[in-house]
Amino acid sequence: MWKWLHPYAKAEKSYALSGKLMPWFLVIAVPTFFVGIIWGLAFAPADYQQGDSFRIIYIHVPAAMMAMGAYSTMAIAAFIGLVWQIRLAEMTVAATAPIGAVYTFIALFTGAAWGKPMWGAWWVWDARLTSELILLFVYLGIIALYNAFSDKILAGRAASILTLVGVINLPIIHFSVVWWNTLHQGATITKFDQPSMATEMLIPLLIMIVSFASFLGFMILYRFRNEILQRESHRPWVIALVKQSLKNNKRG
Amino acid sequence: MAFTSLSDFIAMGGYSFYVWLSYGVSLLSIILLITNSVFKRKKIFHQVEQRIQREQRIKAAENREDIL
Repeated sequence: MWKWLHPYAKAEKSYALSGKLMPWFLVIAVPTFFVGIIWGLAFAPADYQQGDSFRIIYIHVPAAMMAMGAYSTMAIAAFIGLVWQIRLAEMTVAATAPIGAVYTFIALFTGAAWGKPMWGAWWVWDARLTSELILLFVYLGIIALYNAFSDKILAGRAASILTLVGVINLPIIHFSVVWWNTLHQGATITKFDQPSMATEMLIPLLIMIVSFASFLGFMILYRFRNEILQRESHRPWVIALVKQSLKNNKRG
Repeated sequence: MAFTSLSDFIAMGGYSFYVWLSYGVSLLSIILLITNSVFKRKKIFHQVEQRIQREQRIKAAENREDIL
């Protein structure tokens, strides 16, 4: 039954499949980005308490959510890679880490720029902020560890193990606003109750979340393909691919 | 529309610095991420290209030696 999946353990097939899927993620990410950002910046009503500063939410929340989404992706891939010895899964870990790090940085930075006018400080050692900062350090650690080995098989395994160790941070980030008394506000969307946000504000936020998620998907595929090319660069299919692109360049 | 004029929009109800700083830095980070990824792909292609050409040169040199 699962036989159709088997060829995708081969790098060449995965390269081709991710190449086919990539544009679809972009087709979703780009329009939702423009619609969401224009809606959020210009059309959503100002918050009755926070005024227009609340518009930072349209990048802050999607970036923070997808920073954790990227980490979950990496954790699942790391687990698969370690248990079933699938190299492509370890490549996914390496491909996703820099994207997650950028998202985490965005979440932290926009949070600081939002915190300054609202709380009066760029940074406070609050549970949510601190655990998010640790997430950034974990991401940077994974990237550094992966680059520290010239043997990429070893590097992939080491990075995967570190990824699984870092999973402990995910529930801490999510529940930090519940477990500790923090300055950061509680969950607005990801709770079982009704979302505590006006619909006119919520819709552009959801659109932006879709945009960030599909951009994450696109970027993972793009960097995953880079990892495959790098690691298989001596294989005949990669050489044929490069020769083909050389020919196309000469003609064009 | 939540704003009456363009200058009103840019002013962001007095929070212009924080709002535009957030959006600017985020956009810049995303652009850097894309540039880095594209650059990496180009670098790999370039490396393989150079290797192919080197191998071709070596082969050509070997052929000349055969004639001599």
